[in-house]
Amino acid sequence: MVAQTIPATMQARSHNGRMIELTNITKAYAMGTQTVHALRGVNGTIDRGEFIAIMGPSGSGKSTLMNIIGCLDTPTAGTYILDGVDVSDMTDDEQARIRNRMVGFVFQQFNLLPRTTALKQVALPLMYAGFGRSERLERAKAALEQVGLGDRIDHKPDELSGGQQQRVAIARALATEPSIILADEPTGALDTQTGEDIMALFQELNDQGITIVMVTHDPEVAQCAQRTIQIRDGLIVDDGRGQAEGDA
Amino acid sequence: MNLSESFLTALDALLANKLRAVLTMLGVIIGVAAVIALVSIGNGLDAFITGEIQSIGSNLLFVTTDSENSGGYPALSLDDVEALSDPFNAPALAAVSAEIGGQQEVIAYGINERTAVNGVTYNYFDVNNYVVELGNGFLQSDLDTRARVAVIGPEIAETLFGDTFPIGESVKIGGVSYEVIGVTEAKGESVGSNPDTTIFVPLSTAQSRLYPRRTRTGERAINLITAQAVSENQTDAAIEQITETLRDQHGIIYASDDDFTIISQTALLESFSAITATLTLFLGAVAGISLVVGGIGIMNIMLVSVTERTREIGIRKAIGALRRDILLQFLIESVLLSLIGGIIGIVLGASAAFALSNFLGELVPTVDLGTIVMATSFATAVGVIFGLYPAWRASNLRPIEALRYE
Repeated sequence: MVAQTIPATMQARSHNGRMIELTNITKAYAMGTQTVHALRGVNGTIDRGEFIAIMGPSGSGKSTLMNIIGCLDTPTAGTYILDGVDVSDMTDDEQARIRNRMVGFVFQQFNLLPRTTALKQVALPLMYAGFGRSERLERAKAALEQVGLGDRIDHKPDELSGGQQQRVAIARALATEPSIILADEPTGALDTQTGEDIMALFQELNDQGITIVMVTHDPEVAQCAQRTIQIRDGLIVDDGRGQAEGDA
Repeated sequence: MNLSESFLTALDALLANKLRAVLTMLGVIIGVAAVIALVSIGNGLDAFITGEIQSIGSNLLFVTTDSENSGGYPALSLDDVEALSDPFNAPALAAVSAEIGGQQEVIAYGINERTAVNGVTYNYFDVNNYVVELGNGFLQSDLDTRARVAVIGPEIAETLFGDTFPIGESVKIGGVSYEVIGVTEAKGESVGSNPDTTIFVPLSTAQSRLYPRRTRTGERAINLITAQAVSENQTDAAIEQITETLRDQHGIIYASDDDFTIISQTALLESFSAITATLTLFLGAVAGISLVVGGIGIMNIMLVSVTERTREIGIRKAIGALRRDILLQFLIESVLLSLIGGIIGIVLGASAAFALSNFLGELVPTVDLGTIVMATSFATAVGVIFGLYPAWRASNLRPIEALRYE
């Protein structure tokens, strides 16, 4: 369904199990008169169905990397292939289309629209994808049921707990059946118990075959992932495959 | 994302902040209301003046002396009226009447009044849209015999005779008694004269007893010839025929100017209409300025709104909104503000116009569809023009920065 709506100019999707392929990604910003090199040549791959945690101290470039993986930003140089589509150099609107169809975002601050019911929040990306009203609401409802909020579809954010709001955000990320779910500190604004519940939900989704990339600074949260990528000073210092990959 | 979705999204946003929306609309409401009220009054004025001019009669041509070219003498006489009445000279004319007039001292039952006394031809009442309500008008025989009879306006009848039935009573004009044979129907005061206080006597009587002026050639003079063209599109032909006939009558050589002036009712209507149209345009433009001020108010609030909702815009972009989607959402918001304001303004403006009509006497404000359509499209245009920049700003926000905005 989603694949059919991808512009024809894009390449066919790969079938080798690679979801994300980063080659020599660099990113430089102009900060006043200085140039800041946030990423200095990142290489790495993430396979279909993986649950990845990206860790690194602040200023390490992990936010920049996440923005690039999420198609919110383009690299200065290098190639980024997402689910077989080269997304390294795109216009704003092309990026918006890719985000809409291939990336589901989950933010630390939930980032829900105020005064909008859960059902409408989740239906919103489907509206931008061009689905008709009834199909939108049907899919949104299914996504909310998937995250265990089938009985809260008419609640607005201020009528929901933090954990429930984050579940709405996850349902919204799932709605367009994206290639990856990108989570930025998803438990950062939640208490420990609720955070654990959310991580359990992520694990459940991952068990269903959904690829999840999560940025966190909390080693305990990172434990939930199958693999942890360590980033420091704009470079991947440990891709989490370690010896195992070398031996294979 | 289609238009109706954008529309609902925009409506939601406006309803979320009702007081602000209403205050923002206020500028447009006042602007549109002012346009509608003032243009309606302007249109009413036009209709009023047109009605006044048309009440004089239809397809009329007025011929008077051009004092600059007549050597100080009145130029027109009854001979001219006769020449113009001949269908051989002026086939485009249906009727020709003449009058001479001035102010006279009139007395009846010891009441002394100064009023207009006009000598007129027998067909004067027909041509000039007068109805003789009581008694009769004049006959050709009254003119032939210089009869001392009078037809009087209803107001002067009331002044002179009160409750007494005026027909058969006598009124002294210039020291001579006239028998009242008719009373005209009330016509209402018109520009410059009041037919309801005028006394009419036969033209020949007036010429010999009240207004003895003569033309250069010694004919008894008249002030005004009122000719009626057979139809509106014959007016130009009638003007040409009158000019030729009168030049011939007055023996004016080719190189000399006319000693008379012809004004057509059509030209009169046109010149007054041009004045009222200019006035209406001016009033509308002044009111339009307040509409522009209202538009600036919309732009101001939309810019605030874009800043306030930066994070929302970031979220929408992150989950796939295109620039066009955001642009449309904010543009529709500003257009809705101006359009709803415009509709409220139309209702208020029309109400104000009709409320004002109580103080304007016979002038009835006219709210026509054209004005409403114009005001509505102008209000919408204001919404688009002043909403474009804020919407463009919103659509150009970068999602990363917008999401980080607190």
